[in-house]
Amino acid sequence: MQMPAPDQSVIARRGAIVARLRAVLAGGAGKVIDDPVEARAYECDALSAYRCPPLAVVLPTTTGEVAAVLKLCHDEGVPVVPRGAGTSLAGGSMPTADAVVLGLARMNQVLDVDYGDRVIRVQAGRTNLSVSEAVSEAGFFYAPDPSSQLACAIGGNIGMNSGGAHCLKYGVTTNNLLGVTMVLMDGTVVELGGPMGETPGLDLLGVVCGAEGQLGVVTEATLRILPKPAGARPVLVGFDSSETAGECVAAIIRAGVLPVAIEFMDRPCIRATEKFARPGYPDCEALLIIEVEGTDAEIDEQLALIRDIAARFDPVEFRESKSEDESRRIWLGRKSAFGAMGQMGDYMCLDGTIPVSALPQVLKRIGEMSAESGLPVANVFHAGDGNMHPLIIFDANRPGDLERVEALGADILRLCVEAGGCLTGEHGVGVEKRDLMIDQFAPADLEAQMRVKDVFDPRWLLNAAKVFPLDSSASRRETRRNAA
Amino acid sequence: MRPETESELASLIRGARTRLTPVGGATRLLPGEGQGDRLSCVGLTGITLYEPAALTVVARAGTQLAELNATLAAEHQRLAFEPDEAEGSTIGGVIAANASGPRRVKDGAARDSLLGVRFVDGQGEVVRNGGRVMKNVTGYDLVKLMAGSRGTLGVLTEVSLKTQPIPPCVVTLILAGLAPDQAVDAMTAALTGPWDVTGAGRLPGGDTVLRLEGLEGSVRIRTETLVRRLGVFGTVEVADGDAAFVALRQVRREMIAAAGDGQGNNGEGGRAVWRIVCRPSQAPAVLHGLPGRSAVDWGGALIWAVSPRGWVPDLPQGAFATRVHGGPPLTVPLPAAAIARLNDGLRAQFDPRSILAGAGVERIAGAGS
Repeated sequence: MQMPAPDQSVIARRGAIVARLRAVLAGGAGKVIDDPVEARAYECDALSAYRCPPLAVVLPTTTGEVAAVLKLCHDEGVPVVPRGAGTSLAGGSMPTADAVVLGLARMNQVLDVDYGDRVIRVQAGRTNLSVSEAVSEAGFFYAPDPSSQLACAIGGNIGMNSGGAHCLKYGVTTNNLLGVTMVLMDGTVVELGGPMGETPGLDLLGVVCGAEGQLGVVTEATLRILPKPAGARPVLVGFDSSETAGECVAAIIRAGVLPVAIEFMDRPCIRATEKFARPGYPDCEALLIIEVEGTDAEIDEQLALIRDIAARFDPVEFRESKSEDESRRIWLGRKSAFGAMGQMGDYMCLDGTIPVSALPQVLKRIGEMSAESGLPVANVFHAGDGNMHPLIIFDANRPGDLERVEALGADILRLCVEAGGCLTGEHGVGVEKRDLMIDQFAPADLEAQMRVKDVFDPRWLLNAAKVFPLDSSASRRETRRNAA
Repeated sequence: MRPETESELASLIRGARTRLTPVGGATRLLPGEGQGDRLSCVGLTGITLYEPAALTVVARAGTQLAELNATLAAEHQRLAFEPDEAEGSTIGGVIAANASGPRRVKDGAARDSLLGVRFVDGQGEVVRNGGRVMKNVTGYDLVKLMAGSRGTLGVLTEVSLKTQPIPPCVVTLILAGLAPDQAVDAMTAALTGPWDVTGAGRLPGGDTVLRLEGLEGSVRIRTETLVRRLGVFGTVEVADGDAAFVALRQVRREMIAAAGDGQGNNGEGGRAVWRIVCRPSQAPAVLHGLPGRSAVDWGGALIWAVSPRGWVPDLPQGAFATRVHGGPPLTVPLPAAAIARLNDGLRAQFDPRSILAGAGVERIAGAGS
């Protein structure tokens, strides 16, 4: 993975830039970090294979401070990398040596809750789970639930348009986001969205969500909150082949039952989690965890339908939860799957999405590719929406392994694209999949996207070396530098 | 002009020297739209892919909405966002207008069901964005940008959409004669509980209506508890089906037809029709300030209102209104200058020659300059 050479003229002015940052972020200790040791925490995100110490880190506390920082950096020609909680799996908040990291960690307040209108307004550094916690007592929740929800920030969720296990029923971030306060790179503060997310003119909020922090820095967000369902209950269904499990998923969706989640695990993953967390899973080729919601009677009605459908596919096991404890055990293995894989070795987690109908043949092909490469691949993913998470297991200390893994990962993502899917369903492109974009998009498609950035950030200072292949964005990034 | 293929459309746009308005059935034009030559998309038809088991359908933009609905219905599926329809409506027009009906309170707007687009921009370049899978964060979401862009950024040629199963059971709960504030309170009560309400509105005649859909047993249980919850507001009648929501979905068309054209046809001097969007808690105040007939949708967030010509609503903070009939183009309040600049900037990037400006009532931006 390559990053563009840092702007030496910026690095040469580091002292003066830091002094100006301190001047605009007065009245609060630790809002500007320039000590190399302290700044080390910001040299990478959850994609820790790639690191670079930033020029400096700022931790503003208000929209006004964010605007002042951005205006200053704009005037000085300093690149800025926005950062929520740093949990990106795609390198979305990885800095460059000439960039100021703008962290949202100190902006974590709830600003307003209106239960009648079913909305909450929060500062963008607030963690995902703590949004739900703030409204839980009143019987509400915020639906998107990425697995990093304990740590990840709403601002990062908006940048990456994060999903989660329950988006089959509730949608992803963009479907639950009604408005934002955002600061453009030149320091202008804009309000996007409106009641129901509606706005006159173009849906700017829609294109900002998922733009990986390249169009502006979101400082506040209005989110849809929903009344909690009366209850939820999972079932576990085991199969003797992955293909059959895939067919069962399609049949359930086809039948008109809409479970809140359908999760899939294959044998390598089942065995690893069994060893790690002992959830008591059957030893089978593939299993599904299907969760439905409602009152007890409503759940019974849906599960009866699911049982009938599953029976047509000769499951080796159909385990219906009868208690809170059994529900917890059914979810235990799924929730500890990534930890369990970590025990097996290093792993690379992919995030391609495919049409649900292509599940059986794609799973089969991934198995063949794994065998050909000699690298084990375990599958654990959101089957209901086709968002796959193949995990390639390897040993980072063995020379050459990382390169082989990257090559296999790229091949699997290309397979997803060929099957009618895409490179990333919820993690984002970041630096990780940047150079694979040409496998999914024609030059004109990428050009259209980059034209949007031209409007919001004409000088390409904001998180610029991400999302687009370096070759594609080079002329724009260089024009910026020459103009500065 | 009526191209039959995407490449024909692209070369037409490349060769265009004057303003165009792309149209499907031309059933959703707003005041000020439709100038210059009409570029008809009705030749670009056909459902190119339909996978009921993946809940996805891909159709060319000129495909008739009625044909698409019939194809889905044959597999017991439908569009989740429930667009209004008229003779000749096309799916491209629906998406370009982000036309979203009562089910928006539960399943979102047209843009939330839209998975992918192909379009030809103002320079005649073919652009593809999104795809046909439910979760996709690969690159910028131009899909959302195109939904509701009313043909001003490019001409849609193909859209892929999420479908949903048609539930076996549908009922409508009806409360007659509630005052506007009580009607909104009743909708809010229903939408803030665990009933999965799929429609909440108030018809021009005064009936407050709430819709429940799903498996039979589930609908029965939810109906019982919701009727009990709403007892404080008055008598609740339960009707099979959702005729009231078919009426609500079409209320804009009905109001426009009844308002007359100001030329002495159908209605004396002619009246105006407004579309007002606000937070549900603001709806009672908005409703009290209206001079004539009105309807409420989206649980109070959408209000349709008939007014004398020349009347302009007085709106609470954050609300906005568009005159959809009976006067020159008007959206109030004016957008902030920075928002106008972003709108203008995007249109200039996608259509630098302003070829598609014929569609552009909402060059709201002018306001910012």
